[in-house]
Amino acid sequence: MFTESTTEPRPARLGRRLLGSSLARALATPHGVDRYVELVKPTFSLRDVRAEVVSVQRRTPTSATVTLRPNDNWRGFRAGQHVLLSTEIGGVRRTRPYSPANSEHDGGLVELTVHARPGGAVSPHLRTRLLAGDVVGLSQAQGDFALPRRRPRELLLISGGSGITPLMAMLRTLCDEGHDGPIAFLHYARAERHIAYAEALARLAARHPNVRLLRSLTRVGGLGGGELDGHFSADHVELAGIDPEEAEAFVCGPAALVDAVHGQWARTGLEQRLHVERFAPPPLAPLPADADAASGALRFARSGVEAANRGGTLLDQAEAAGLRPQSGCRMGICHTCSCRKLAGAVRDVRSGEISTAPDEQIQICVSVPLGDVTLDI
Amino acid sequence: MSQTAPHLTPEQLDAFGRELDAIRERVLDDLGDRDAAYIRRVIKAQRGLEVAGRGLLFFSLLPPAWAAGTAALALSKILDNMEIGHNVMHGQYDWMNDPAVNGQSFEWDSACPSEQWRHSHNYMHHTHTNIVGKDRDIGYGVLRMSEDQRWHPYYLGNPLYALVLASFFQWGVAFHDLEMDRVAAGKGSLKDKAGMVRDIWRKGRRQALKDYLLFPLLAGPGAPATLAANLTANYARNMWAFMIIFCGHFPDGVEEFTLEETEGESRGAWYRRQLLGSANLTGGPLFHIMSGNLSHQIEHHLFPDLPGHRYAELAVEVREICERYGLPYNSGPLHKQFGSVVRKIVRLALPDGDADGSGAAVDAGGRRVEVAREPGVGVGAADERSAARPARPARVAAGGAA
Repeated sequence: MFTESTTEPRPARLGRRLLGSSLARALATPHGVDRYVELVKPTFSLRDVRAEVVSVQRRTPTSATVTLRPNDNWRGFRAGQHVLLSTEIGGVRRTRPYSPANSEHDGGLVELTVHARPGGAVSPHLRTRLLAGDVVGLSQAQGDFALPRRRPRELLLISGGSGITPLMAMLRTLCDEGHDGPIAFLHYARAERHIAYAEALARLAARHPNVRLLRSLTRVGGLGGGELDGHFSADHVELAGIDPEEAEAFVCGPAALVDAVHGQWARTGLEQRLHVERFAPPPLAPLPADADAASGALRFARSGVEAANRGGTLLDQAEAAGLRPQSGCRMGICHTCSCRKLAGAVRDVRSGEISTAPDEQIQICVSVPLGDVTLDI
Repeated sequence: MSQTAPHLTPEQLDAFGRELDAIRERVLDDLGDRDAAYIRRVIKAQRGLEVAGRGLLFFSLLPPAWAAGTAALALSKILDNMEIGHNVMHGQYDWMNDPAVNGQSFEWDSACPSEQWRHSHNYMHHTHTNIVGKDRDIGYGVLRMSEDQRWHPYYLGNPLYALVLASFFQWGVAFHDLEMDRVAAGKGSLKDKAGMVRDIWRKGRRQALKDYLLFPLLAGPGAPATLAANLTANYARNMWAFMIIFCGHFPDGVEEFTLEETEGESRGAWYRRQLLGSANLTGGPLFHIMSGNLSHQIEHHLFPDLPGHRYAELAVEVREICERYGLPYNSGPLHKQFGSVVRKIVRLALPDGDADGSGAAVDAGGRRVEVAREPGVGVGAADERSAARPARPARVAAGGAA
């Protein structure tokens, strides 16, 4: 019986203890121990989570399932949480969130399924280029969308498209733990060949009588396309044979699905029993029709300040909001004002280039926000 | 002595600026695997040299190990400070989004805290290049490197100060941003600098601890030899860095500017000032790498945040553009450029221009300008002195109107 849902950190090995000693740190100053050891052992770090790719399976025409072995700094995950995976593409380190789809009790491994979005900067690369033996960066697991530590008896898991992964982790974890309460798994996909976990789901449902699997293949038009017809509706819950008043429900998928489920639970006054994860990929290029019409809100995460976007550079606006970020030349030369943009789109006033990716370094003296922007200031 | 380069009309300056902007944009669009692989290769070489050097110096009692270890360590420190540290801290590799080569977080193997370097160098020096009284790299607040700094008997020691600064260059750089000369002249108090002093102490202590205590002690009986090796490596790095950096802005033919003539300057005028205020060194690929590509000082000042290893390619185009606009492009071998720097250090130790030592300065047009001496003011502090100097009319028009 499993009672602890996260893996305990392994006791530090001798080599690691030596490398982490204050003597080693003093000798490796100012670069730090990692910057030397990583040149011979790329997964090594005293602090950062890094992972080696153990295998890459391409189960559907558009996805790749990647198994990772994180280093000793990994503190495990709770089923449903996500990690930020970093990899270098064209010399640029890119970071994207993915939810592990495997069980919490999987010997410290992490399984991610990446759906390649046409035109995406990262997912197509991960699908086609990632190889066993590669090393990627990981964050610790994060997010509140997770299986409660005290497991609910009755569960309704609803997913759409690539939103299947966190719910897959929940189902597999519960099955590993010998959970015997009723679990219904509703999945909405275009067609069966697009379900990366079609086989794994069918196997689990066959092996565990308490697990009920209902699929709707929306592109097939309901003609033998799974156990359910069309998009989510109230009668799908009834078909699942789960009492929504008793069960904890989890939904993850495209906005339309999440909104439909949320509406249903809100109407019946059961919102507290519904856990929601919106699985929206970052927009490719959210270009407002009129770039000069300032809109949205600026959030300065570290200082907790918010301000409406009034146009103008982020540096000017941060200062107008009473902040004093570091700055120098104010013309994009000296990089004193460089900071991390956590989310949102900005335009470089010199080149007109637009940066939309999360977690990117920008120069705020020459960047204007396009809509909502969050900065690490 | 500064020379006056041809002046361009505001239209010409704009066109000149646009051509350089186009180069910059083209390179920015092209950044990728090649640049990432390059800087990683240099970092790998530096760390390899460092580990090899430190390793050999555990056996510092054997003369060949001492010599090889010292050389490897000196090369490692030069690479670390110049091709890696200086360039990374300019943000040249920020686009890689990799914390290991991020300009804001990188620390280098030098006594100077990188935070302070970014202020004194990236901002003060690169924005205000060769503006006397603004660019504190002119003489580092210690030396007289320009006729526009008024002579004072203190400067009789110019060559001596230069030698001391070169020998302890990492500490000179560390104390640079404190602007001690301004404190000495009663402008700003040491109290305001307490935080900076603390940071320098912290960083300097860690650097000294590993180089002068821990690594020597780990060598056991070889401790004195290892200590001597580490001192030698730091000394070699200091001398080399001083030579390369002083060749960037002080050889013959490099121009200086006044605050007035650079006020409100256009992008093109800014580029022109960067060009005329810098000088290149000629040499082979290895020389360029060991100089942190500061041998391409002109290209570095035009494009401070483009990766340094690209400067050699860009130099061909920049040169061609300069020829078309009739602008001088100052370039020469190390011995020639450094020779002229040394001559300048010695010449400026003495009062200017003429034998009578009256303290008269000579302005860019060759006219003698009487500048009142102000005894008692110590080092540098050229701020108001540039104001006391008459502006150069022609250049103000070109720079100011553009």
